[in-house]
Amino acid sequence: MTRSVRRTRRMLQLAGAGAAALMALSACSSSDDSSPSQSGSSGSSSPKLSGTVTVFAAASLKESFTALGKEFEKDHPGTKVTFNFGGSDTLAASITGGAPADVFAAASGKTMKIVTDKGDAAGTPATFVRNQLEIATLPGNPDKVASLKDLTKSGLKVVLCDKTVPCGAAAQKALDAGKLELTPASYEPDVKSALNKVELKEADAAVVYKTDVKAAGGKVEGVEFPESAEAVNDYPIVLLKDAPNAETAKAFIALVQSAEGQKVLSEAGFLKP
Amino acid sequence: MTSLDKPGAATGPRTGRPRRRRVGTGGRRGVPLPLLLPGLLALAFLLLPLLALLVRAPWRSLPDQLTSTEVWQALQLSLVSATAATAVTLVLGVPLAWLLARTEFPGRGLVRALVTLPLVLPPVVGGVALLLALGRNGVIGQWLDSWFGITLPFTTTGVVVAEAFVAMPFLVISVEGTLRAADPRYEEAATTLGASRFTAFRRVTLPLIAPGIAAGSVLAWARALGEFGATITFAGNFPGRTQTMPLAVYLALQNDPEAAIALSLVLLVVSIAVLAGLRDRWMTTS
Amino acid sequence: MTNPHPTPPDATTPARPPRESDPTLPTPAAGPQPPPAPTDGAQTSQAPATDGAQLPQGPPAPAPAPAPADSLQLPQPPPAAADGARPPQGAPAPDRESRTGGPGGNPNPAEGRTLTTDPHPHPHPHPHQPPGLDAHLIVDRASFRLDITLTAAPGDVVALLGPNGAGKTTALRALAGLTPLTDGHLCLDGTSLDDTPPESRPVGVVFQDYLLFPHLTALDNVAFGPRCRGASKAEARSQAAAWLERMGLSAHAGVKPRRLSGGQAQRVALARALATRPRLLLLDEPLAALDARTRLEIRAQLRRRLAEFEAVSVLVTHDPLDAMVLADRLVVVEHGRVVQEGTPADIARHPRTDYIAQLVGLNLYRGQAAGHAVRLEAGPAITTTEELSGPVFVAFPPSAVTLFRDRPSGASARNLWRCEVAGLETRGDQIRADLTGELPLAADLTTVAAAELELYPGASVWATVKATQTHAYPA
Repeated sequence: MTRSVRRTRRMLQLAGAGAAALMALSACSSSDDSSPSQSGSSGSSSPKLSGTVTVFAAASLKESFTALGKEFEKDHPGTKVTFNFGGSDTLAASITGGAPADVFAAASGKTMKIVTDKGDAAGTPATFVRNQLEIATLPGNPDKVASLKDLTKSGLKVVLCDKTVPCGAAAQKALDAGKLELTPASYEPDVKSALNKVELKEADAAVVYKTDVKAAGGKVEGVEFPESAEAVNDYPIVLLKDAPNAETAKAFIALVQSAEGQKVLSEAGFLKP
Repeated sequence: MTSLDKPGAATGPRTGRPRRRRVGTGGRRGVPLPLLLPGLLALAFLLLPLLALLVRAPWRSLPDQLTSTEVWQALQLSLVSATAATAVTLVLGVPLAWLLARTEFPGRGLVRALVTLPLVLPPVVGGVALLLALGRNGVIGQWLDSWFGITLPFTTTGVVVAEAFVAMPFLVISVEGTLRAADPRYEEAATTLGASRFTAFRRVTLPLIAPGIAAGSVLAWARALGEFGATITFAGNFPGRTQTMPLAVYLALQNDPEAAIALSLVLLVVSIAVLAGLRDRWMTTS
Repeated sequence: MTNPHPTPPDATTPARPPRESDPTLPTPAAGPQPPPAPTDGAQTSQAPATDGAQLPQGPPAPAPAPAPADSLQLPQPPPAAADGARPPQGAPAPDRESRTGGPGGNPNPAEGRTLTTDPHPHPHPHPHQPPGLDAHLIVDRASFRLDITLTAAPGDVVALLGPNGAGKTTALRALAGLTPLTDGHLCLDGTSLDDTPPESRPVGVVFQDYLLFPHLTALDNVAFGPRCRGASKAEARSQAAAWLERMGLSAHAGVKPRRLSGGQAQRVALARALATRPRLLLLDEPLAALDARTRLEIRAQLRRRLAEFEAVSVLVTHDPLDAMVLADRLVVVEHGRVVQEGTPADIARHPRTDYIAQLVGLNLYRGQAAGHAVRLEAGPAITTTEELSGPVFVAFPPSAVTLFRDRPSGASARNLWRCEVAGLETRGDQIRADLTGELPLAADLTTVAAAELELYPGASVWATVKATQTHAYPA
């Protein structure tokens, strides 16, 4: 891996000169939106791609997107993918505020809507994965949490995401579906800090995404629950209107939607769209 | 007694605090340009963001934004916890400042450096550190939990603890500076009059350094009021219990930036009112 | 000049001159103008009546010859100042309470029980040990060692006199307990204070710049001590009010120190120190913070109050005038050691170090006497009227020196030296000439004389002193 990165850098320097011209070319032809047609095995068919792609992506995508970025750079020598991971809402606010980005991958349709409503997206967002909720408990599940209802037991310290962020909204949806009332110890500002509270054993359980539980490794134990089906999050991805490097960006979106990309994502715990 | 005893005729050099000199506000002797320009630039730099906040404030929807109980809950919690945190820093910080300023002990320089640590520590890291120390499974927290049944995270007390943690250095540094500038011989004079060292501190030193304590308290209070990172990490976010104003602003920013601006305005106005009020009462009359 | 080695202190214990206030007498006269006290019985009648006429140096001092007295650059010590300042005040006030109030001199006549309720009772003198101060102070510092012995009886006013850095203030701090003793001992009225922390010592201190607490009124400053020593708030305040009244400061009771004049602040500081009814009163340069005019008056007042104070007073000063006016015994300290001790008159007449000689304004030399001639250690001989043998000091005032530009021919001057003018300095209506040459000396002459002689630095002159104007005494 490291070797390939080094090679990529060298290539990048060589390709530097032609990059600007290519970018101009590709920008002109960026009329059709994200069609998953030309995808996956893109390694062979893309000698023209170059330059840097800036991807704003939801924090939960960090592990899988980082891996895909590396792969993309390997497949397309001369390109570079830089990421800005964060809360989807914060990212959306940055984009509508004029941050220079090529791709936006959000953790909910609602946050994506902020961007599309402002007319900052080029085309319609496509859902590329879905994420389901899971209960994260302490390792070994000492409190014997088996269902969402178990979380309402008194004496149990549960943290949820705040309702203003997607995981919180989803959790609320699931609770509503199960007609359950849950008073958490805290409404955390994002899913990672909710998970953190369980990892640090300050909370007994948290309602987070499957992918988060997976990423935490053995530090938490995941418990699936049926109500989560009512609150599956769609992850839309879109090319942005003012993308500085639209052609390469489209190629990256294609990779995400390809079989190869889906494999990486499902390994991280995401569901297929 | 006689004509010789004119007030102020020959006051001893240290019989009184030096009288506060009013610094002329410029006009009289001309302000040098190399000071004036950067000074004004600094002022603009500080005020511009606040101005932008005012310009972009959703004035029309403001009344609706501010009538929600969550706003007032958060504001009340912010004021109460910041004040409580200031009280904690006073009770613990003033004695610490005294120790640093008036006693000799090995490693004092190191201790002074450590005191300022929360200043450089990112508040979120401070919050994690607090969790590791005072959390349910923390180094000390587990004993608090098992012996006294006290858990600090996710409680209002936890908010106060987090705020006191980040605000304490401001008070300690300010008070220590004042103590160093104060003449220690007043304490000696009190001692020769029969005062124990503590009485001397309480009845002589404390009143003498009152302006420094006031300044330090105001700084600490302001820092506590704006505290976000350590609070949300250590105490979490629950409306009415641990959701202070900055937390409410941050979360509002997630999906309703207008509400966030409105909340920020409220916080701004309240802090300015309180600080200006304190300044008039404490800092200028000595 | 002479005497590079400090001589041991005068062996003769300076007899204490009678003071207008006997320890058995009532304490502070209330107010500046207390009525004379004809009613008070035998106790009081001895001292005050003769006060005005009394020579404070007292009989035991070797009868001062007129010459050295004239020669002093200093104003005449106690008599002048004392006489000017207090003709009628010497009489103690007919204070009902003080006779029963014991040595403490309770300033509040209405309150007789303080003696028993006082949390820090004055140590009662052991029957077999003399009351007063008995101290051997040794303080070691990195580059300095203080080692002095101080003794004083109740009623004594002792002045520690010495140049800056001599260790006077260190000694004072050691007495107050603010600086720990490295070695030695400290006994007050027969009780050891070695292990007594400063706040429990019956010691009052008037600091150099008074250190009045700026946030407290004059009254509360004075009440601070009694309050700390256990009096109730009201009690402490009424005691403080009485003290302020005694100092003539009732009108300023509610004033903060920064609004007090220097003289007022000094009196408040004194009242504050006395309000704890100390058995040892320490004053650090009590007049140094005052301007010249205020100083004159405050010095006279302070002298009266110290004279009235019935326990031991120790004051530190570098001003010989203050020392001689205020104290009845001087202890001269140089380099952390006592170099001379005695009554002001004795010290003024018989200086034993260059520092003291300069202070009292005398030319001082050390040499070997044989009959009327004193052979100086390095230099010529001086002829004196005294007939002595062995090591002696010779002193004469600068005013006794006569200068000539040419060698005087007919003069009987055996004490004739060739010198050169090293410097000239105006002192009042006189010119002080510093001479080097055969015999380094200081000479005073009138401005007219100096003009006639056409003196300038570098001019060579002849100096002569009459034998009758010199004074020799055993070293």
